[in-house]
Amino acid sequence: MGILDVKDVGKRFGGLQALGDVNLSVAENSVHAIIGPNGAGKSTLLNCLVGKLIPDTGSVMFDGQSVLGRSPHEINQMGISRVFQTPEIFGELSVLENMMIPIFAKRDGAFRMHATANMMKERDIVENAEKVLVDMNMADKRGMNAASMSRGDKRRLEIGMCLAQEPRLLLLDEPTAGMARADTNNTIDLLKQIKDERDITIAIIEHDMHVVFSLAERITVLAQGTPLVEDTPDNIKGHPKVREAYLGEAA
Amino acid sequence: MDQIILQILNGLDKGSAYALIALGLTLIFGTLGVVNFAHGALFMLGAFCTVTLSRILTLSHEVIDESRKDFLGNPLKVDVPYIYDWFGESTGAAIIDWAVPLSILFAIPVMIGIGVLMERGLVKHFYNRPHADQILVTFGLAIVLQEIIKYYFGANQIPAPAPEAFVGSFDFGAAVGFDAGAIIYPYWRIVYFCFAMVLIGAVFAFLQFTTFGMVVRAGMADRETVGLLGINIDRRFTIMFGIAAAVAGLAGVMYTPINSPNYHMGMDFLVISFVVVVVGGMGSLPGAVLAGFVLGILESFASMRQVIELLPGINQVVIYLAAIVILLTRPRGLLGRKGVMED
Amino acid sequence: MFGLDKKDTSLLLIVAALVALAPIILNPFPEGSALAQFNAGYPDLMQRFVIFGIFAIGFNILFGLTGYLSFGHAAFLGAGSYAGMWMMKLLTINVIPAIIFSTIIAGVISLAIGWISLRRSGIYFSILTLAFAQMAFALAASVLTPITGGETGLQTNLNDPRVLPSFLGGGASADGNIPKPSLFGIEMSASFELPVGSWVWTFNWGYYICAVMMLLAFYLAIRVFRSPFGLMLKAVKSNQQRMNYTGLNTRPYMLACFVISGMYAGLAGGLMAAMDPQVGAERMQWTASGEVVLMTILGGVGTLIGPVLGAGLIKYFENIFSKINDNLLHQWFSFLPDGLENFMVTIIHPFIGKGWHLTLGLMFMGIVIFLPGGLVEGGQRIKAMFKGKKAEKATKTTPAE
Repeated sequence: MGILDVKDVGKRFGGLQALGDVNLSVAENSVHAIIGPNGAGKSTLLNCLVGKLIPDTGSVMFDGQSVLGRSPHEINQMGISRVFQTPEIFGELSVLENMMIPIFAKRDGAFRMHATANMMKERDIVENAEKVLVDMNMADKRGMNAASMSRGDKRRLEIGMCLAQEPRLLLLDEPTAGMARADTNNTIDLLKQIKDERDITIAIIEHDMHVVFSLAERITVLAQGTPLVEDTPDNIKGHPKVREAYLGEAA
Repeated sequence: MDQIILQILNGLDKGSAYALIALGLTLIFGTLGVVNFAHGALFMLGAFCTVTLSRILTLSHEVIDESRKDFLGNPLKVDVPYIYDWFGESTGAAIIDWAVPLSILFAIPVMIGIGVLMERGLVKHFYNRPHADQILVTFGLAIVLQEIIKYYFGANQIPAPAPEAFVGSFDFGAAVGFDAGAIIYPYWRIVYFCFAMVLIGAVFAFLQFTTFGMVVRAGMADRETVGLLGINIDRRFTIMFGIAAAVAGLAGVMYTPINSPNYHMGMDFLVISFVVVVVGGMGSLPGAVLAGFVLGILESFASMRQVIELLPGINQVVIYLAAIVILLTRPRGLLGRKGVMED
Repeated sequence: MFGLDKKDTSLLLIVAALVALAPIILNPFPEGSALAQFNAGYPDLMQRFVIFGIFAIGFNILFGLTGYLSFGHAAFLGAGSYAGMWMMKLLTINVIPAIIFSTIIAGVISLAIGWISLRRSGIYFSILTLAFAQMAFALAASVLTPITGGETGLQTNLNDPRVLPSFLGGGASADGNIPKPSLFGIEMSASFELPVGSWVWTFNWGYYICAVMMLLAFYLAIRVFRSPFGLMLKAVKSNQQRMNYTGLNTRPYMLACFVISGMYAGLAGGLMAAMDPQVGAERMQWTASGEVVLMTILGGVGTLIGPVLGAGLIKYFENIFSKINDNLLHQWFSFLPDGLENFMVTIIHPFIGKGWHLTLGLMFMGIVIFLPGGLVEGGQRIKAMFKGKKAEKATKTTPAE
């Protein structure tokens, strides 16, 4: 029993079987990577976990509770935070405000009217946000407009925003896609640091093998909507079935 | 039964106008991704093309008619349109009588010109701006166009009668076996409906069977890909804007005998046309046409005396109600495609 | 002060001072001088300034914070006016119940409309609100005639019941005329004129009551903009997707915002009825919704002071431009040679008097094209020009609100 248990999940889009009988268990406080060639169903699976899609069959349990049928914001409140492929931040707002929003959301729940309080006078929120910014090494950028930062910094901010909510499970969707090598390495370092310093489970969907093998403790290979193998990185390297899946794609 | 047929017929001419305006709106939205609040103004400009042409045709000079005397016994001065001098009196009179259909020839180049000018001069710069900005700037343009027309033509309605041959009504009921007089339908409305069908058919045929249309349709589906193929999509879209303007303008030209043009008729039609587009499905051409006719007919059913007695005021709001119901139950509209403005 | 930081407090105080001294500031030209027609310091116009200020502030809470463009706010304005009128007909000529009730009614209606409209966003939202407003307009002009007076509209009458005791403003007036809206006996139209030199300053009760309401509304808007609630709304505008995955249910936030905004419109409508007790359905027409959009854009969307400036400017121009006529133009250009004078008058003629809407439309386009941030952005640009490039950078990273 892991913190996230996916059982027999299937999803069809019209005639296309996007996912078929996916079984997956992510152990608590581990880093679990899900890899696979394009069109293997990685994104569909992720969307089933965060409430964007509802699978046709099977169950998804997080910490003993089903996530199916819940909306994204409810799933977030259960303790799952999501990092997007392209950094989704609040571009028009300052970095500090970006960081305060998830903390407010965590404290106030789905909805609470604070229409007349002054947000900058909510000391604990501001301090908390500043603290995460220091952790993320971004304290000097607090007043900057989030949209004007580099892509690497945006990614860093987005991860920080997720961590500010102290989630139990962090889901990353190709966090280094489209990044320069230097930014990729920075992101890997950041994730390693997070893994070492916090009690947190990380599930990562990734295309870049360099990232996967630097971080993951366990890897599931997905191909054509079903898991091929699940094993440790060392065993996955050079696994004939994995090779076949990737080479098949290349050919 | 005769009541039902009558209401369907009554809905057809208004539905035709809705369909034509909505068709242009959808073309512009689908190809350029622009929400054009000035489209109603194009309809209005079309109607005023008719007014302009009939004024040009009736430009006159004074002639002293020696054979007739006024009440003081002096020779009578009469205004003779120049056109009588050129073509002779009977042909000249016929041309003036047929001013409305003739305006089609006049309106096509004028409206295409206005459309191209509008796209090149203004709308082009708003492709990458938020929809809200597009709405606002075209809304401003609509006000400006409307006020210019008001300045030159005044605020009153200007009658533009149909040719003599189409005045009067057709006893549709008698023709299909009901009591005489049960279903009476003005000839001009039949003309309008047929004209609308031809125009709609022409637009669809153009899009379906020409290479130009094929590129435009591909562009509606995925603008970037077509751009990557090295096709100059921008110029085609400019032409498309001109065509959409012409369609709206022609709808206005032919509508003048049904409803005498005034400067704010565009705004009146615009609001409903937007509802039509949304009901039909943003970016769906058949949807726009279908929704135009459906809503036009729905409106005429709601104006039946029996219905109004049952639900007072329903004729005023039925279109909006339908739009609300459809948007909430079928967010994509009747024939909307997936992925178009889904947010 | 007032739970605001320094910058906002000074903004509030400046606005308060300007509003309080408006009868003096807006009458800069001496009575009887050629420029006196440019004075704006008379009660009727000043009332409109602040009432439309409230309307625009409320609209900006929705559009500025969330980016949802409503084309139906006139419906709330109209509903507020009708509600206020009925209070003055049924209960008392005192304006307080009218103002309160108009705000509540507009809130209830905006709750219903918002609940449906907010299921969609973007242009669909705009069109849904437009559809609702047009529906309200059509119904008000026809079927709802018993409530709205139909096309003739609604006004106070001598034989209205006004059930409250007379010391609370009930009943008919003593002198046999239709009672005028009042606040505990002080009529809204009552003014106090103060001639100073060749100037005449008019201090009007109705204006000051509206002004107080506007300052309250403005203060509340600042609080909303600076609150966690406001931050969440800005976040929804910036990135709704991220917001959904941040554990926030955006629907109730949007709905609350929509209702607040609708109540502002209702308040403005109620005050309008209280200042001039007659309402017609045209107040609900969608061009009226377009006008408030324009005010907000002109002033600066999402800024605090922008909508107030925009409302003032539009109402001022509306008043001045529609008053100018050809005779006046001939006077102005009389220093030119005859031919040139006539030429200038001919050129300007379409834009004045009845042509005011043409000017309005051109202004609208000009602002959206050249100055999407409105007057506030324009002011910042000018300020930056004076301060040099360094200052320009600073305004970019911290947009003043």
